[in-house]
Amino acid sequence: MAMIEFKNISKWYGSFQVLKDCTTQVEKGEVIVVCGPSGSGKSTLIKCVNGLEPFQSGSLIVNGQSVGDKTTNLPQLRAKIGMVFQNFELFPHMNVTANLNLAQVKVLGRGVEEATEKSRALLTRVGLIDHAQKFPGQLSGGQQQRVAIARALAMDPIAMLFDEPTSALDPEMINEVLDVMVELAQEGMTMMCVTHEMGFARKVAHRVIFMDRGEIVEDAGKDDFFGTPRSERAQQFLSKILHH
Amino acid sequence: MFSNFDFDVIQRALPYLWQGMLTTLWLTLLAMVGGIVLGTILALMRLSSIKAISVPAGIYVNLLRATPLILVIFWFYFLVPIAIKHISGDSYAQGIGPFHSALIAFTLFEAAYYCEIIRAGIQSVPAGQVNAGYALGLTYSQATRLVVLPQAFRNMVPILLTQGIILFQDTSLVYVVGLTDFMGAASKVAQRDGRLVEMYLFAALIYFILCFLASYTVKRLQLRITPPR
Repeated sequence: MAMIEFKNISKWYGSFQVLKDCTTQVEKGEVIVVCGPSGSGKSTLIKCVNGLEPFQSGSLIVNGQSVGDKTTNLPQLRAKIGMVFQNFELFPHMNVTANLNLAQVKVLGRGVEEATEKSRALLTRVGLIDHAQKFPGQLSGGQQQRVAIARALAMDPIAMLFDEPTSALDPEMINEVLDVMVELAQEGMTMMCVTHEMGFARKVAHRVIFMDRGEIVEDAGKDDFFGTPRSERAQQFLSKILHH
Repeated sequence: MFSNFDFDVIQRALPYLWQGMLTTLWLTLLAMVGGIVLGTILALMRLSSIKAISVPAGIYVNLLRATPLILVIFWFYFLVPIAIKHISGDSYAQGIGPFHSALIAFTLFEAAYYCEIIRAGIQSVPAGQVNAGYALGLTYSQATRLVVLPQAFRNMVPILLTQGIILFQDTSLVYVVGLTDFMGAASKVAQRDGRLVEMYLFAALIYFILCFLASYTVKRLQLRITPPR
């Protein structure tokens, strides 16, 4: 059974339909890249996975639990799914270590020492151990995003969601974040990434989902997608962003 | 021009004035703490998506904000004893005294104002912060306590203190229930010794110095705590 399974997901904001009948799945260990023009519903789609965005119809099963079900313990489910945001969303009133420790202690019930040990190991891994005592505001965007990835990994997630993780970064900082993501993908992490970084997609994605106006227009293996996208809209999109 | 004035009257009355000042300061401090605690609860209620919670809080806040403070002070002084008699059935039951009734009145009144300040402070924390908390598995209460409120209060400290300064000045209204605060003490000495000008000048000077110093401190604090983002 797939780790994440979307079945006919639809969502409306008032009368405006943001997601139209979306069906797809993510297997364990798979790396999925979701792309498409802005406003196509890609961020909304992945925010449905951990219940940050409610949806009105369809079903979404994550790790055997139905996200839309009122009896599902959302905090418990979310604790197992890491998420990285476009604007990092580190907690500005806590230092880097405290950012990483917070949910480990409060949600997983780890002791402070155990949590700190884990945090330090992850900070070493993303190359930021020297910044463990700094506040988010003292770090560059790329550093903040790497801290955010470490914060999500500190929860030992079974899957990771990335919502345009490099869109708010200066160009020279994009690679330091992508490198961490590539490494994660190569280690076999289940990942769902909304991104326009087609280089990243080419390198590590198993499948690419192309969305337009709330619909999944194309859901294909990486080679098929870049080789011969079937839909005209995907072709247009690719020609626009691969032009440079 | 001060030849007709007797400023010694102030010196002689200092111990009495100090007693009044203590009442003023205690009332300000306690009402401020109580008002912030109650105001925080009201703000969270007003922001709730559940109507049964947000509407009563909204009514409370709007009602109190549309009522003159002096009326609220009166009400508690005269109504609380009646309420106590009614509830306990003991027609000889005593009220709770002017200090406690004034304290309750100020707390409830200030809570309505603090609620609106705190509500704005909570809304100033970006929604992404709350989502980040949720995404890590925090519950609503954890995300509120650990992520939202610390940031909201940091943004709000200057304006909360400024409201405290207003409260400090407003406590002079307690003379209506016969409580002797600093203003009340100055007023009584002024009447007793027939030295109105001296005493009221002195009272004005003290209020000015304290409020000015407090405002200045708030301003300094504001510059220091603006967090790097």
